[in-house]
Amino acid sequence: MTADLGHLVADHDIVVCTGSGGVGKTTTAAVIALEGARAGRKTVVVTIDPAKRLADALGLEGLTNTPSRIEGDWPGELWALMLDTKGTFDDLVTKHATEPGQAERILGNRFYRNISGALSGTQEYMAMEKLYELHEEHDFDLVVVDTPPTRNALDFLDAPRRLTRFLDHRLYRVVMAPTRGIVKAVGVATQAFLRSVSRVVGGDVVGDAITFFQAFDGMEQGFKDRAQRVLELLTHPTTAFVLVTAPRPDVVNEASYFADRLAEGGITIRALIVNRIHPRFTNRSATELRALAETRHGTELADLLTNLADFAALADTEERHLEGLTARVAPAPVVRVPFLAHDVHDLDGLATVGSWLFSPDD
Amino acid sequence: MGKTTVTAALARAAALSGRTVLIVEIEGKSGLSEMFGQPELTYEESVLARGGGPDGAADVTARTLTPDDALLDYLADHGLNRVSRRLVSTGALDMVATAAPGIKDILILGKVKQIEMSGRFDLVIVDAPAAGHAISFLRSAAGLVDAVAVGPINTQATDVLAMLGDPARCQVILVTLPEETPVNELVQTAYALEEDVGVSLGPVVVNGLYPHLDGLDTDPAAVAGAARGTLDDDLLEAVERAGTFRRERTEIQTAQLRRLDELLPLPQIRLPYLFTTDVGPAEIDQLAHALLTQLPDLPALDGAAP
Repeated sequence: MTADLGHLVADHDIVVCTGSGGVGKTTTAAVIALEGARAGRKTVVVTIDPAKRLADALGLEGLTNTPSRIEGDWPGELWALMLDTKGTFDDLVTKHATEPGQAERILGNRFYRNISGALSGTQEYMAMEKLYELHEEHDFDLVVVDTPPTRNALDFLDAPRRLTRFLDHRLYRVVMAPTRGIVKAVGVATQAFLRSVSRVVGGDVVGDAITFFQAFDGMEQGFKDRAQRVLELLTHPTTAFVLVTAPRPDVVNEASYFADRLAEGGITIRALIVNRIHPRFTNRSATELRALAETRHGTELADLLTNLADFAALADTEERHLEGLTARVAPAPVVRVPFLAHDVHDLDGLATVGSWLFSPDD
Repeated sequence: MGKTTVTAALARAAALSGRTVLIVEIEGKSGLSEMFGQPELTYEESVLARGGGPDGAADVTARTLTPDDALLDYLADHGLNRVSRRLVSTGALDMVATAAPGIKDILILGKVKQIEMSGRFDLVIVDAPAAGHAISFLRSAAGLVDAVAVGPINTQATDVLAMLGDPARCQVILVTLPEETPVNELVQTAYALEEDVGVSLGPVVVNGLYPHLDGLDTDPAAVAGAARGTLDDDLLEAVERAGTFRRERTEIQTAQLRRLDELLPLPQIRLPYLFTTDVGPAEIDQLAHALLTQLPDLPALDGAAP
C-alpha cells in the first residue's frame, strides 16, 4: 500500500517532521527532501539528530551548521545541514546586539553558555530559528526540518517563545531591579532571595546570571519580534506538518498526544507516516492458522504455519494500535512504510523508502 | 529499544528471586504501570506487582521522581523550607537549572542515592533517559562538582559520584535491538559512559531476538513445495514468504549480535521477540524468566538503559 505525498513537496515551502524519538523521523525528513529535489525544487534538509544518522543516510561525513550541497541526478537541488544549537544562538545574539561589545559580553558569559547549550527547549528554539533563517534569508524553495526527539510536542511550537518568557520572568525583573533604580524595598527582598539561592547553588552561579541579564538588557525586543515572526511562519498554510510514528502502543500514544497539541495550536497534520510496519502475509486469522498447524504437529510445515500465525496476529495488533490515530488525523493520508530488511545509509536506500511515500500510481 | 519493558522484566526477575525492588521512573509516560495493569505512577510509592505465592516472590514497588519534587525534598532536608515554596512557585528552578546545568539531574540522582542509602529496597532500578540524554544525565555529577565548588550541591554531587563509581552499588544496564543503528548507538554510549562518567557497565541486554524455530532450518520454499496439494496455494505462498522473512531477519540479527560482540567486550543477555506490542504481566514474567536463566547474579543497585 503506497501513497502519493507529492503535494507535500509541491505545495509547501516548509515541511516539519515531528514524532517520538526512534521512529525514523530523520530518515523520513531526508526522504521528503530528496523528493523535493527530484520535483525540481531547491531543497534543504535540517537535521538535529545527535547520532548523525542523516549524515550517514546521505553519505556525508560531518555536516555543519551551514548547508552543504549533495550532488545527484535530479532537476532540483539538495542541500543538508546539521543544526549546531550553540552556533545558531551565537549568530542570533550577534544579529540582535544593539551596541558595540554587547555580543562579546554575552557570548563570553558562563550563564549564556549554559543557556545556549543546555536550557531545555533551546534546541527546539534554534531548530525553528534555523528554519526561519533558511526560509527568509536564503533562496531555498523548500526547507525540510527534523524536530528534536522531544517528549512534549509543544516544546518546538513553544520554543521561540520560551526564551522570551524566560526573559520576562519575574526573577529576571527582580534581578534587574537594582540597576534600574526601582523601589529600594524590592532590592532588599531580592537580596535576601538571592542569598537563599546562593546558599543552594553557590554565589558564582548567581553572579553569572545577573551579569548575563545585565548584558542582555535592550536585546529582548529584537528576540521577541523575531520569535513572533517564526511562530507566524510555522502556522502559515505553506508550512506542512508531518507526523511520524511506528505501530507500537507507546509511540502511538505519544503521536496522538502530538496530534492533539498541534490541533490546539491551530496546526493541521498533512500526513501520517507509520514506519516499521510488519508485513501482512495473509488475510487468514491467526486462530485458523494455529489450528491448521496443530493438525501437522511435529512437522516443519507446522512450525512455518505457526510462524505465519504469529505474523498474522502481529499485523492485527499493529493495525489495532493505529486505528484511533488514523481517525484522529483524518483526512490526512496515512502512509505505511514496511519494516525494511536493511538500514538506510545511502541515497538508494532513501529512494527505496521514497517509493512508499511518493507513488502516484496507487 | 524496549528499555521500559526490560526495566519491568529486570524488576520482576529480582522480585522472583526474593529481592525487594523499587523502580524509579524519571521521564513520565513510559507506560510502565500499564504493563503491570496498574494506574499511573505518582511521587508516592505504589506496588506494581504483589509478591508472595509459592515461590516467595518479593513486591515490585515503583514511583516517579521529578526535579521539582526532588528540589522540594532537598530544600526541606537542608532546612530551607522557607524559600522552597517561592523557588518553585516563581519557576526559579528553571533559572537555577540554567545557571548550573545538570542541577535537575543531580537532584534526581541525589534522591536515588538517598533511597539506596536508606536500605529499604534490595534493588533500585532507574528507568533512565534514552541514549544521548543518559550520558548528560549521569555526567551531571562530575560537571557540578567542578561548576559549584562549595555548598550542599557540591556535597550532593560528590556523594552521587561515589555511588556511580562503585560497581558494588551501581551498574548501568544498556538495552539495544539487534539492528545496525541501535548497535552503533549502544557502542557509542557504552564508551562514553565508561570514559566520561566512570560508571560500571553491567551486561548488555539485546531485546527482540526471533526465537529459534526448528522448522526454519530448512528452506521454507522447499517445505512449502513439498506440501503442495495438501494446502491451498495462496496459503503455501504466504507460509513461504513469512518463513523467508523471518529467516532473513534472523540472519541480520545474528550478524548484528556478532558485530556487537566484536565492538564491545561485555556479556550479552538476549531476550526473545514476543510477536506482540501488547506487553502485560504474562509477557513481563516470560522475559523475567529469560533474564533469570542468563543472569547468575543480578546487578547491585541501579539499572539505567537507553
